[in-house]
Amino acid sequence: MNFLRPGARFLRVQLVTTTRCSVLQTGSRRRASSLSQKPGAAGVRFPGAVDSKFTNSLSFEHPATYPAIPTYQAMGPDGDIIDSSFEIASEEIVLKMYENMVAVSIMDLIMFDAQRQGRLSFYMTSQGEEGTCVGSASALQKDDVIFSQYREAGVFMQRGYTFTDFMSQLFANNLDAGRGRNMPVHYGSAALKIVGPFLPLPSTQIPQAAGAAYALKMQRLTNPNIPARVVACYFGEGAASEGDFHAALNIAATRSCPVIFICRNNGYAISTPTLEQYRGDGIASRGTGYGIDTIRVDGNDIFAVREVTKRARELALKDGGRPVLIEAMSYRISHHSTSDDSFAYRARVEVEDWKRRDNPITRLRKYLEKKGIWNEEKEKEARGRIRKECLKAFAEAEKEKKPPLRSMFEDMYEELTPDLKAQMTELRDIIKKYPDEYDVSEFEGGIDSLSR
Amino acid sequence: MKATTRFGIRSLLAAALPRTKAPYSIIQQRRYSTPPPSAKLNLPTDFSTTPLLAHSSQSALQNPELPQEIRNGTTKRMNLFQSINDALALALAEDESVLLFGEDVAFGGVFRCSMNLAENYGAERVFNTPLSEQGIIGFAIGAAAEGMKAVAEIQFADYVYPAFDQLVNEAAKFRYRDGSEGRHVGGLTVRMPCGGVGHGALYHSQSPESLFTHIPGLRVIMPRSPIQAKGLLLAAIASNDPCVFMEPKALYRAAVEQVPTAAYTLPLSKAEVLKEGKDLTIISYGHPLYTCSAAIAKAEKDLGVSIELIDLRTVYPWDKETVLASVRKTGRCMVVHESMVNAGIGAEVAASIQEDKETFLRLEAPVLRVAGWSIHMPLMYERFNIPDVARVYDMIKNAVEY
Repeated sequence: MNFLRPGARFLRVQLVTTTRCSVLQTGSRRRASSLSQKPGAAGVRFPGAVDSKFTNSLSFEHPATYPAIPTYQAMGPDGDIIDSSFEIASEEIVLKMYENMVAVSIMDLIMFDAQRQGRLSFYMTSQGEEGTCVGSASALQKDDVIFSQYREAGVFMQRGYTFTDFMSQLFANNLDAGRGRNMPVHYGSAALKIVGPFLPLPSTQIPQAAGAAYALKMQRLTNPNIPARVVACYFGEGAASEGDFHAALNIAATRSCPVIFICRNNGYAISTPTLEQYRGDGIASRGTGYGIDTIRVDGNDIFAVREVTKRARELALKDGGRPVLIEAMSYRISHHSTSDDSFAYRARVEVEDWKRRDNPITRLRKYLEKKGIWNEEKEKEARGRIRKECLKAFAEAEKEKKPPLRSMFEDMYEELTPDLKAQMTELRDIIKKYPDEYDVSEFEGGIDSLSR
Repeated sequence: MKATTRFGIRSLLAAALPRTKAPYSIIQQRRYSTPPPSAKLNLPTDFSTTPLLAHSSQSALQNPELPQEIRNGTTKRMNLFQSINDALALALAEDESVLLFGEDVAFGGVFRCSMNLAENYGAERVFNTPLSEQGIIGFAIGAAAEGMKAVAEIQFADYVYPAFDQLVNEAAKFRYRDGSEGRHVGGLTVRMPCGGVGHGALYHSQSPESLFTHIPGLRVIMPRSPIQAKGLLLAAIASNDPCVFMEPKALYRAAVEQVPTAAYTLPLSKAEVLKEGKDLTIISYGHPLYTCSAAIAKAEKDLGVSIELIDLRTVYPWDKETVLASVRKTGRCMVVHESMVNAGIGAEVAASIQEDKETFLRLEAPVLRVAGWSIHMPLMYERFNIPDVARVYDMIKNAVEY
């Protein structure tokens, strides 16, 4: 239970540390486990808990025995920096982060309404979580690999995903990398090294991130010219209930993977509040349980998120690599998605209250205004400019043709199988035979793509 | 598929301005599956006239499978999610051992199937679970093993895979491995919405029934309508075998009919002949039955043939007898389903038909299939993937003109 002792939160499991650098020596752990008890020792070295001391006081451990893990904050809700020695990023970086948060929120407003108008089938907004995404992404390097869930538009924005990229995906058009196959908000980019998203179950990416991190680590072991890289993996507190989460943290810890697990704890998994999701001290308390360096951070404080991610990255690369867990606290102001009306399960006043009280964008704006580098005029200019850019991409993407029909059969395997070729021909023949029944004009190349 | 021109970029510009009130005035979902205006076959199903639904109380109560006291009773207009809600309410009211749980079930479920049930039957019996499908099904199996009737909801069939181990290695094998100890998890019913709705794409459209029909020990059911859903769900809950109950989510709101108000069950593992015919048998289940019905109407008119339509209802263990008897009569047969054609229900049905000597000798055409292609459900191409009226109609022509 040492892990839970206040102040010993970042304690490392010694065994893991000693074998951390020797990923290829799989036998070392076994040897370490067989250490026997030293004469006169207060503890016994049971292989499963080497530091445990004997006690004659019979008591059960309960989360309430320990204070909740604190939430790191650098900037208060009024935009003031709490600790004057806190090092803030350059003005250029800070303004970029601010604009990116604003850009996400403007895109969210436009696309939410566009969905309501029937122009796309689905959308998910990030309201309240822009800080977590933009702040953490700002602390990563461009070679780092990201595994996203589905509410990380801010990560994409910060990483350089353009409005055209967003809109092409949202409208599933011919420029959409997903070839028109995926639901809206399924962004992903090989160039930006973002794998995802993982919509089916919100947790499938978590163990994959551990494996990817292990790959990066192994690749650097054999080729030191590759820059040291980490994997950052995003998910929600609901996803942390899935077996995937537990498997991921455990395997990442045992294989010392350079992965940063970033949990966006926004209080709700669709309708299910955290009280019905877990009873422990959030998600952070689980990290220490798995022997992982863990921190909880105020997700509305973009400086704190950035700083914590920066430090986590350093830690993740230290001594050959190790996983780190960040739990970013926020409140999901948005509905779960456009398919959800959250007022069916939470009070409107609760949402309004959070919206008014605190959010990452207004907090940073307060800071910027106090610093004298931002004002109403600049705000208006930025919002107008971003909105125009977004709408331009919107209009262009909506006009763009859809990917060729052929794309529905491609990428099942590296090559089209005989079966798929036959099915493609069958579909082409049906469309030709019943031309009144099918409109193929919106697809690039019409029916012809099925014949190539 | 052109964008709605009613709403210009200007209105979006206005929308991008901060606002305090959510713009709920226009709530519509974009359908990627709108038929062209020239279509005569691929028209959307008219659920208000389809012969597959009981539009009057009288036609609902004519159903010979219903017990006499139900046929003397009353009906209520319900859609599919309401009839499932009704079945769940009746099960909870009738039997204290019934439990209902899953993700977001307490507030009514994302498809509203469990509305008001937590309020009426208590938070101890109707509750939210943490987000973990393997946890939900494992928990349900444990509860069933200790004598409860556990009705577990998987939010989308697409999400069931983490629970596959629990279903395949535990639920399906429980009775078999316990042998003469006689314990089983027949109290288990797993509900899951399945199938395409026009915009669900890869992860909200799947219809994985044939993954479960390959597993002996599970009873796999898919209802076509509100009356069927209520009777089959109550039968599944009452059944002493673990049941996988798959609800075509496209029908939740669309399929509306008069449903008997009292509790009743309909037989499991029993197919139903929905329409008699002499020249061709079409076998299907779930949502595509409506497509088949429309194609049959057109083909009978155009080709002067008479077609029999069979709803399998339980896709495993399935009712071979009804199917074989029909095919022996008609000599021609095709199977229609939404999920992928490869190793699907159609393969099993076709193989069973040809290996039955007596039926094989009566065949006048190969057994044909119309099903989803061997791909995942792609967003923009869903209407080219799910069997439509034109494809079924064309295959009818192939069968009768063979």
